[in-house]
Amino acid sequence: MSVFVFAEHKGGSFKKSTFEVVSYAKKIADMAGVELVAGVIGKVSDAEMAQLAQYGANRAMRDQQPDLETFRTRTYADALTQMAENVAANVIVFSDNFMGRGIAPRMSVKLKAALATSVVDVPKSVSPMTVKRKSFSGKAFSIVKANTPVSILSLVPNAFGVVEKPAAGFATTDFASKLRASDLAVQVEAAETVAGTMPVSEAEILVSAGRGLKSPDNWGMIEEMSQLLGPGCTTCCSRPVSDLGWRPHHEHVGQTGHVVAPNLYFAIGISGAIQHLAGVSGSKVIVAINTDPEAPFFKAADYGIVGDAFEVVPKLNKALKDFMSKQ
Amino acid sequence: MMKVLVCISQVPDTTSKVRFKEGNTQFDTADIQYVMGPYDELALTRILEVRDAGTPMEITVVNVGDASTENTIRKAVAVGANHAVRIDAKPTDAFYVASQLAAFAKGQGFDLIVTGKEASDYNGNQVGEMLAELLDIPSISNASHIEVKGGKVVVEREMGGGKETVIAPTPFMVAGQKGFAIEPRIPAMRGIMQARKTPIKVVPAVPAEHLLTVESYELPPAKSGCKFVPKDQVDELVRLLHEEAKVL
Ligand SMILES: Cc1cc2nc3c(=O)[nH]c(=O)nc-3n(C[C@H](O)[C@H](O)[C@H](O)COP(=O)(O)OP(=O)(O)OC[C@H]3O[C@@H](n4cnc5c(N)ncnc54)[C@H](O)[C@@H]3O)c2cc1C
Repeated sequence: MSVFVFAEHKGGSFKKSTFEVVSYAKKIADMAGVELVAGVIGKVSDAEMAQLAQYGANRAMRDQQPDLETFRTRTYADALTQMAENVAANVIVFSDNFMGRGIAPRMSVKLKAALATSVVDVPKSVSPMTVKRKSFSGKAFSIVKANTPVSILSLVPNAFGVVEKPAAGFATTDFASKLRASDLAVQVEAAETVAGTMPVSEAEILVSAGRGLKSPDNWGMIEEMSQLLGPGCTTCCSRPVSDLGWRPHHEHVGQTGHVVAPNLYFAIGISGAIQHLAGVSGSKVIVAINTDPEAPFFKAADYGIVGDAFEVVPKLNKALKDFMSKQ
Repeated sequence: MMKVLVCISQVPDTTSKVRFKEGNTQFDTADIQYVMGPYDELALTRILEVRDAGTPMEITVVNVGDASTENTIRKAVAVGANHAVRIDAKPTDAFYVASQLAAFAKGQGFDLIVTGKEASDYNGNQVGEMLAELLDIPSISNASHIEVKGGKVVVEREMGGGKETVIAPTPFMVAGQKGFAIEPRIPAMRGIMQARKTPIKVVPAVPAEHLLTVESYELPPAKSGCKFVPKDQVDELVRLLHEEAKVL
């Protein structure tokens, strides 16, 4: 018996969301009184692996076969299923992102394990697995129960936080899963990385702006604000803004874009339509800045400033700069 | 001729008020308007665009649902799908739904299976990949673009902080997300007439397990109200975010 967590990395370094999901899995392992095993795919150094112990992993398995360099959903699901079976996992944990969402449903089928995605809380019970998840596009939550002995959870980024809980005696075992040659026909032709940007779904703070900004040329102050707020912060936007091509598509949040749940969400010149709110209502704290005191966003916000963004944001940036310099 | 299966779901209209009944154990469907899942609609739209751009295709749309979903299925025919199928079962948990779709699709030689990223009512985000696993074919989720070139599927996918173009032989499953198509296709009068005449094939459900059960629902706690800060007191906002909300 064990809890198994997929520890995702990017180019050999673990991401903050990985440490979060390891912390969360540790909590479940403690509830169940079993060990926590992390599964890693790809080239990650021993020194980097050891970081997983900081958040409670008792040991790790690592598959470094070259055929795993490209992310292929079925191949990854094959490899992780073999690892999870090897450690007799009864709970398997993912971060709710593009990788987890691809792999977890396949493992659910392979292992006949109930899968709860968009999980936002610690399980109410581990056996049977009973846990709270987001549903209806963030407008509600549901409490779901697994009808199977093995269950799979995928955790919404920032829902639990990173918790240090060092485990002693951590070691990494290399593991070579059996892969199918036929999958190699699925090939990456071209890759493009947007340097230095963090996916909006993983950001701790989001500075989001809408059509109220009137032109793509006015985003300088939004980017400045994001920079002032540090590396955990990035920019995003409402749908018309990305549809108009003012901002890239990956910044679009809302029901038909990214669903986000940062600690702090700034909504600047965004009206607060229900489809936009559906994607951001999981945010812990919302600040709305809008010229219209009747803008629906104020109903969803915790703090509001009624005012012109072109006046308020530069002043706010100055205040943030002063504040950050004193931290 | 490429045989394409597009899986569509029916979901409450995006502006629907979400309410529950029977001690918060059931979704209250009173006054709810249903529409085709927005991502499924975009997935279907993009497939029609690819066909119109010159890839010969035979497109089947399939939905797992009771008779109340037939208007949604007809809309899919009205915009251009060739065949329509309804699997007569209540779409409950994702594994159950995927099992129904797999039982239907097995042995029919679909080259390409397309779904929307998630059904926006339960946000399961699971059916497409589960179906691909049950049919034992490779797949891509989070696709933001698709084309067909020389019988192969060319897909763009968003990765955390980047984009990849992936090329794959068929059979293949693709789950589309935002960007897949920009605006859903609106049916023309001729399509609507055509859809009225097209029979919807009804297929009985097969026995399958429910891996996950919903015990109850909860609405998010109501916000305690917005605290307004005068526009010339931005320092006060920063102080509140730091000291009261503790998020800075
Ligand atoms: C099926 C469907 C799905 C959708 N999905 C999404 C989605 O995922 N995400 C999404 O965002 N939208 C989505 N929409 C669109 C949504 O309904 C709204 O149209 C959209 O969110 C509006 O964007 P906006 O607030 O930026 O623009 P607007 O509605 O034009 O609002 C601009 C706001 O800026 C304010 N403003 C103007 N000037 C200033 C200024 N100088 N300073 C400060 N404030 C100012 C105005 O008072 C107004 O409140 C969807 C719609 C449908 C039908």
